[in-house]
Amino acid sequence: MAELQLKSLEKKYGNGFKAVHGIDLKVKEGEFMVLVGPSGCAKSTTLRMIAGLETITGGEVRIGENVVNDLVPGKRGIAMVFQNYALYPHMKVRRNLSFGLKLKRQPKEQIESATSDVSGILEIDELLERLPKQLSGGQAQRVALGRALIKQPEVFLFDEPLSNLDAKLRASMRVRITDLHKRLRDEGRPATVVYVTHDQVEAMTMGDRICVMKDGHIMQVADPRTLYDRPANAFVGGFIGMPEMNLVPAVLTRDAGLRLTAGGQTVEVPEGLAHRLNVEDGAVTLGIRPQHMSLVDAGSPGAFDAEVVNVEFMGHEINVHARLGEAVLVAVVQTTDLTRRIARGDLIGLRPYAARIHLFDADTGENVSLAKDH
Amino acid sequence: MVTLSDLPDQSRAERTPPTPLELKLRRRNRINAFVRYSLLILVGFIMIYPLLWLVGAAFKTNSEIFSSAWFWPARPTLDGFREGWETSTPYNFGHFFLNSMYIVIPKVIGTAISCTLVAYGFARFEFPGKKILFSILIATLLLPDVVTRIPQYLLFRELGWLDTYLPLFVPSWVAGDAFFVFMVIQFLRAIPREMEEAARVDGANTAQTLIFIVVPILMPAIISVCLFQFMWTMNDFLGPLIYISSVEKYPVSIALKLSIDATEAFNWNAILSMTVLALIPSLVVFFLAQKSFIEGISTGGVKG
Repeated sequence: MAELQLKSLEKKYGNGFKAVHGIDLKVKEGEFMVLVGPSGCAKSTTLRMIAGLETITGGEVRIGENVVNDLVPGKRGIAMVFQNYALYPHMKVRRNLSFGLKLKRQPKEQIESATSDVSGILEIDELLERLPKQLSGGQAQRVALGRALIKQPEVFLFDEPLSNLDAKLRASMRVRITDLHKRLRDEGRPATVVYVTHDQVEAMTMGDRICVMKDGHIMQVADPRTLYDRPANAFVGGFIGMPEMNLVPAVLTRDAGLRLTAGGQTVEVPEGLAHRLNVEDGAVTLGIRPQHMSLVDAGSPGAFDAEVVNVEFMGHEINVHARLGEAVLVAVVQTTDLTRRIARGDLIGLRPYAARIHLFDADTGENVSLAKDH
Repeated sequence: MVTLSDLPDQSRAERTPPTPLELKLRRRNRINAFVRYSLLILVGFIMIYPLLWLVGAAFKTNSEIFSSAWFWPARPTLDGFREGWETSTPYNFGHFFLNSMYIVIPKVIGTAISCTLVAYGFARFEFPGKKILFSILIATLLLPDVVTRIPQYLLFRELGWLDTYLPLFVPSWVAGDAFFVFMVIQFLRAIPREMEEAARVDGANTAQTLIFIVVPILMPAIISVCLFQFMWTMNDFLGPLIYISSVEKYPVSIALKLSIDATEAFNWNAILSMTVLALIPSLVVFFLAQKSFIEGISTGGVKG
């Protein structure tokens, strides 16, 4: 196992389109790194450049001590799991697993013991004599995983491996993959993993660290908790978390106390926010997660009054959509906390938790409410 | 005592009697089906009749062939086969069959290999001039065969290849059949690249990827290419007619014409018998290949 390092990695296509804009990323030995972002953010391109399936037009990829830019995929010490499994359709599972080792001309006994080893770990012993078309989606994905595992690579690359599975299977495969990663770590052969997904649940639950990407730029690299609590910018704030973070244009004034004006209403924000602000008065973007607002009566101090436009009943909680000026805020309220029925057209108060308010620069989107926190 | 027949017949009781409308529709369906199938059988019979007549006529005597248009021989005889097999030349028909194989086998193998290579190149690699080269390839597809006959003849004469089988199969070794290249390219385009990428990650080089991954997946396409090439070459008349001049090298298609030339009174039943024989290899190959074509591996390794 080895460390993986990207240094000003760049991808520019023949038609001049720049997909990846010189990104820097360091994946530590044995770390589970998730690349996440909306479609078109070049996360897959980045992964394919690491794999050697896409040419690198600038910067370098380093695996361990070696710069691997000019090595063919087979010589880079990587293994990859593809979104659509990419099993060889004409080979039985056993041959699918051992194909890579056979190409390396490993001795037969060694191949056989490796095959039985891997099929034991992934519980695919009974599938060894089947053809890929005789496998279910979950089984095929396990075989694809086995094909990567058997090579004992320096770095594992996953390209949206679970997106073809149904929700239930996806959840169980998620656990299986993280378990496998932990198990390898415990056995003293930690696996360095780069895992690409567009699904933030996968990202949050699986990654040791997460790299959020947008338009070929890295927006933030951090562990899941930091990413959620301290998003570096409005994009990360909006991308991570369900439902999405509310992002509302607002104006900050600091004459008597700290005041935020949004949707034509001015609200006094209690102390606690003021001391971590790193911004002059003026236009900002107010970011507040739906879970971080309490539902109060209209006209309560420290709350924005808003008109309910939609109520989604989820069982244990409800999502309240309420209009504040031009914007629609979403608040998640625990059903048990509700004192009265809420219906469309009601005027309610939404009071953000001061400690959970994020303010982003109106132009750059940068989080300006983090700086003095530490 | 209650007997079994006293019990109400449940299934019959539950079944509601058909309404007059249902009965009418059912009857109309039956009549429609009858008309449809009768028509199809009739047209099908008309279309296949010449072939049936050919097979029947091969077992007729010479005089009977022209006395009746009905295909079934009145007095079946194998004389036609006996005479036709011997031919009027020093060689029997088996010799001509063998000659055909000398052309067909290298041609089919060469086509399969060269077309796969060229198609793989066009479908999977980027190289300078690819677009222009591909356009030229497609343009040759649209070129009528006859316009290249004379230049080709002159070329092969310069090479000293006249009266050999080389002009007949060598062009196919260098992917001369644009149609087949095009066919394999189209098939390749439908196959996701991930399997080849997986093979490259597994450490396979380009040749290994082609041989171990692409070719097995392409098998249905390659089999159809071989099938078409086999039948077209087997039936090719003009090619051997132009390039082969000595009788001992004649393939079946020319040998059939030979018996028309050589005999004064045509032994039609001999000619027809040999025609029937000449059909057999193509039919056999077709049915064998059809089976493996249908059984051919689907791209079951990919779900998407």
